[in-house]
Amino acid sequence: MNKVSVDLTCELAGVRMHNPLVLASGVLGTSAALLERVGACGAGAVTSKSCGPEERAGHPNPIAVEWAGGVINAVGLTNPGLEAEIPTLIDARERLHAQGIPLIASIFAPTVEDFGRMAAGVSAAEPDLIEVNISCPNVGDEFGTPFSGSVESAAAVTRMVRTKTKLPIAIKLAPNVPNIARIAFAAQEEGADAITAINTVPGMLIDPYAGRPVLSNKVGGVSGWSIKPIALRCVAEISRTVSIPVIGLGGVSNGLDAVEMIMAGATAVGVGSAVWQRGVEVFAVIAEEMYEFMAGEGYPDLASMRGIAIR
Amino acid sequence: MSDMQAYQRYFISNSQPKNYRTRSLVLDRPLAEAQPGQFVMIWLPDVGEKPFSIANADPLTAAIAAVGPFSEALCALEPGQPLWVRGPLGQGFELKGKKHLLVGGGYGAAPLYFLAKLARARGEEVCVCLGARSQAELLLAEDFREIGCRVEIATEDGSAGHQGLVLEAVRAALADFPAQTLYACGPKPMLLALAAFCKDNRLAGQFSWEAMMRCGIGLCGSCEIDEPTCDAVGLPHGWLTCKDGPVSFYQPA
Repeated sequence: MNKVSVDLTCELAGVRMHNPLVLASGVLGTSAALLERVGACGAGAVTSKSCGPEERAGHPNPIAVEWAGGVINAVGLTNPGLEAEIPTLIDARERLHAQGIPLIASIFAPTVEDFGRMAAGVSAAEPDLIEVNISCPNVGDEFGTPFSGSVESAAAVTRMVRTKTKLPIAIKLAPNVPNIARIAFAAQEEGADAITAINTVPGMLIDPYAGRPVLSNKVGGVSGWSIKPIALRCVAEISRTVSIPVIGLGGVSNGLDAVEMIMAGATAVGVGSAVWQRGVEVFAVIAEEMYEFMAGEGYPDLASMRGIAIR
Repeated sequence: MSDMQAYQRYFISNSQPKNYRTRSLVLDRPLAEAQPGQFVMIWLPDVGEKPFSIANADPLTAAIAAVGPFSEALCALEPGQPLWVRGPLGQGFELKGKKHLLVGGGYGAAPLYFLAKLARARGEEVCVCLGARSQAELLLAEDFREIGCRVEIATEDGSAGHQGLVLEAVRAALADFPAQTLYACGPKPMLLALAAFCKDNRLAGQFSWEAMMRCGIGLCGSCEIDEPTCDAVGLPHGWLTCKDGPVSFYQPA
């Protein structure tokens, strides 16, 4: 078979990317140097670790462990708070733009009003896109059910954030809801420019010899290859329902996983736990694997694969 | 590392005092595939979890200084009691050449003992320079001697060996021990001084860094070495102690 030339570029809510691979929020996004490093390792875009209004230490150890199906974590939204985050985001954006790589700033907040304050605050750093994390599964003791848990609360946060920033916004959704597509649709109707799906899947590991949950928070978010089928189903349902682009993520660890995410309708593909399995270099490796697949199968660009599995 | 369980349960087979606040916890079986310089996360349910270097892999042994609630709980464990381990994690030392100079500052001696045992088992020469504030803080000096290492000691108060920093003991040792590689573990100021020393003297160096570790598997970013330190020792920015390290490598051009 003759190999075709392959174009991996994509555009997400007006943001140009040299490939569709996005560093997922919560992994290595804690400093300008780490974000820059991930960019240099071949990511198409990078997302900072979620920042909230106030500094948080996060949960005590154990906060993350690997297991047979991937990783489970309950870091607990460790972050320096809005004020300290802004110079980090500016520094990161300058370094990344020198490489031609967009920066996505992730925010969380305990209330709808604080989401508005966070959106206005991080806008000062001029990230290329703001990701609104309404779906962290690991702070329920303090914050209650995530805002992604219902159409009404997801819509309320989106509406608030929309009024506070002119930058494009992506709403990050949780998989553990009865109808994720309805929530995504509500976010679109309130002005979201993109949907990020999925956040980690709430879960628990127990050590049978200790008779205790492994994580200090007892429950945590499951990530890695065991959640890929859940993520593909969610991305497919959302893509069928909304017209805005989707950043699909959950269990993507190689080029074929990324291709499947595009075929489920995603415009861009998040990569997180694969950094644990395959190192920071995983971005360039996955891009190369995508290229090989597309060249071999005759897909000239991402658009030619996008959503083909859900038509 | 792909066991179904996140942690492996071990039992204490022996807990030996090594100095006034440090105990060597000898566990009931080996840690498979562990390299010197790698580390483990030790978990006590309902108490916490922290990283510890591997002082010996067969049987798994860790030197624990009682400096906080978690390490105090570990030091209070008695033979037969369990603890939980995940690992080995990180990048360890790699023996290069036949004459090895090991430099330990304070509790940095622990992983070097594992390295020294490996080198001695290969019939290679090992000189160990140990630095500490005082004689009471010294760790494992007799253990190194017992396996046939030459041991040089420096204490800041002069209560044992040379008075001064361990770098002075290193200079003295190198005068008649032409090592091909220097391996170091200890506090950051010591490692920075030794890294500069290796550069000035065109000596290959391997340095094991300490950092606060949270996930231990290269995801959370907690153990990133700051950029000025990276610049000082030639590490790339964003260097993660738990995954890229704990050991960094310097090879003179």
